[in-house]
Amino acid sequence: MEISRHWRLQQQRYGLVGEVCPHCEVKIFPPRDVCPNCAGEAKTPYVFTGRGEVFSYTTVYDAPEGYESNVPYTVALVKLEEGPLVTAQLTDVENGQVSIGTPVEMVTRKLREDGERGMLVYGYKFRPVLTTN
Amino acid sequence: MRDVFIAGVGLTPAGEHWDKSLRELAFYAIEAVARDAPRPNPEALFVANMLGGPLSHQAHLGALVADFAGLRGIEAVSVEAAGASGAAALRQAYLAVAAGAAESALVVGVEKMTDKVGPGVAAAMATSADSDWESAQGATPTALAALLMRRYMHAHGVALKDFANFSVNAHANARSNPNAMFRNALTAEAFVKAGVVADPINMFDTAPECDGAAALLVTSRPTPDHPAIRIAASTMATDTLAVHDRPDPLVFEAARFSAAKAYGTSGITPNQIQVFELYDAFTIFSALSLEAAGFAEPGLGWKLAADNEISINGRVPISTFGGLKARGNPGGATGVYQVAETVLQLRGEAGPNQVKGARYGMSQSIGGAGSTVVTHIFERVD
Repeated sequence: MEISRHWRLQQQRYGLVGEVCPHCEVKIFPPRDVCPNCAGEAKTPYVFTGRGEVFSYTTVYDAPEGYESNVPYTVALVKLEEGPLVTAQLTDVENGQVSIGTPVEMVTRKLREDGERGMLVYGYKFRPVLTTN
Repeated sequence: MRDVFIAGVGLTPAGEHWDKSLRELAFYAIEAVARDAPRPNPEALFVANMLGGPLSHQAHLGALVADFAGLRGIEAVSVEAAGASGAAALRQAYLAVAAGAAESALVVGVEKMTDKVGPGVAAAMATSADSDWESAQGATPTALAALLMRRYMHAHGVALKDFANFSVNAHANARSNPNAMFRNALTAEAFVKAGVVADPINMFDTAPECDGAAALLVTSRPTPDHPAIRIAASTMATDTLAVHDRPDPLVFEAARFSAAKAYGTSGITPNQIQVFELYDAFTIFSALSLEAAGFAEPGLGWKLAADNEISINGRVPISTFGGLKARGNPGGATGVYQVAETVLQLRGEAGPNQVKGARYGMSQSIGGAGSTVVTHIFERVD
């Protein structure tokens, strides 16, 4: 059981809460408290919209422990509309329905499970955009 | 700092060694280096290893290997930098000898990959990526390389078949290497048809993880037993741990930086390098490494393979003993294999794999998807 390791990231996993640099206004995800652009202190929370597009993607057939039940699953680099890249699974994707540039939006899904009686870890994934808001 | 030499190399077969333990593999490599450089008298031992903890339930490898190899009492410590562990351990030995803290040091790279099988191994391998932001999403090292490869193919208009010769060349060179895991020939046709691991990466694109151990004797004076091989440069650089944090994921910035530093400190240019043992864990790594080290323009690393300039008789010979792809990729030991093979080339002891007249060689090892990169340049001093 590794509850605290996942619990302390709940704002990011469920809400895509990153940071915005008060000096140069660059948006930061995952949060790192120091701006990767201007190296200034950047601790101001910023909630990302969860919209972006696929920068690259792959399908995993050989999964690590905890992820076997999802095989095969699609992992992508998603370019968020605010700028940062994020590594995340794509979900609700039929075969061949994704390509570089596909618009996607964040949803909350089960990431992994630690056996039958273990913890379930939820977090962000991305799916092809359903709505136009 | 004073000159430092590689006085001895010890190689053991890479592969699946179900009947041998972590400590035994390390010991065989030390026996091999003692055959190559008789009367080694190391004052320090650096053990390179990646996954002894998660796979063999064994950490604290400095004391383990020193004890088992009959070196009890010696200063010993383990070094971990994912796939760059072996080269990072050599750098520690280099620093110790160059600084005058030791006259000679032993580097042993060892990995016992087969103590576990299945999803446990994939989970252990994934610890080299960013645990909170990459591995937690189910991304594996192969998946991260696949993300780079797909984007590279998209950005530069390259097809899977254009990468084939990286693997074909590696297998061709491994045929005469008794320590190689796969000594079978591979064709470009078989490469493009191979089973997918994480598309576009397939079974013949990725290097096989395996057991293995290799060793180096690092000294302040060359040995009379072999041509003198001097470490002309030893450099190390880091990039973001997570691929998604890089301004341009298609640039191996740490590889570029450590190579540039190595050229700068040695005064040796890419044009003079006659052998380049690069880190071909995936063909995309080879392409990006060739670009980062100045052998190809950005976006054109694949072309050196497609034009077959990477063979033993080519302009930029790489993977001359099979590389990670065909010799095998024993994790923390891999960087030590790469260095040992470069040294054999410069000594003129590479047998059928010899690059004619090689005097300058370079090896480069990569931890994670480019997060730690260690570069060494070697020179034969006549």
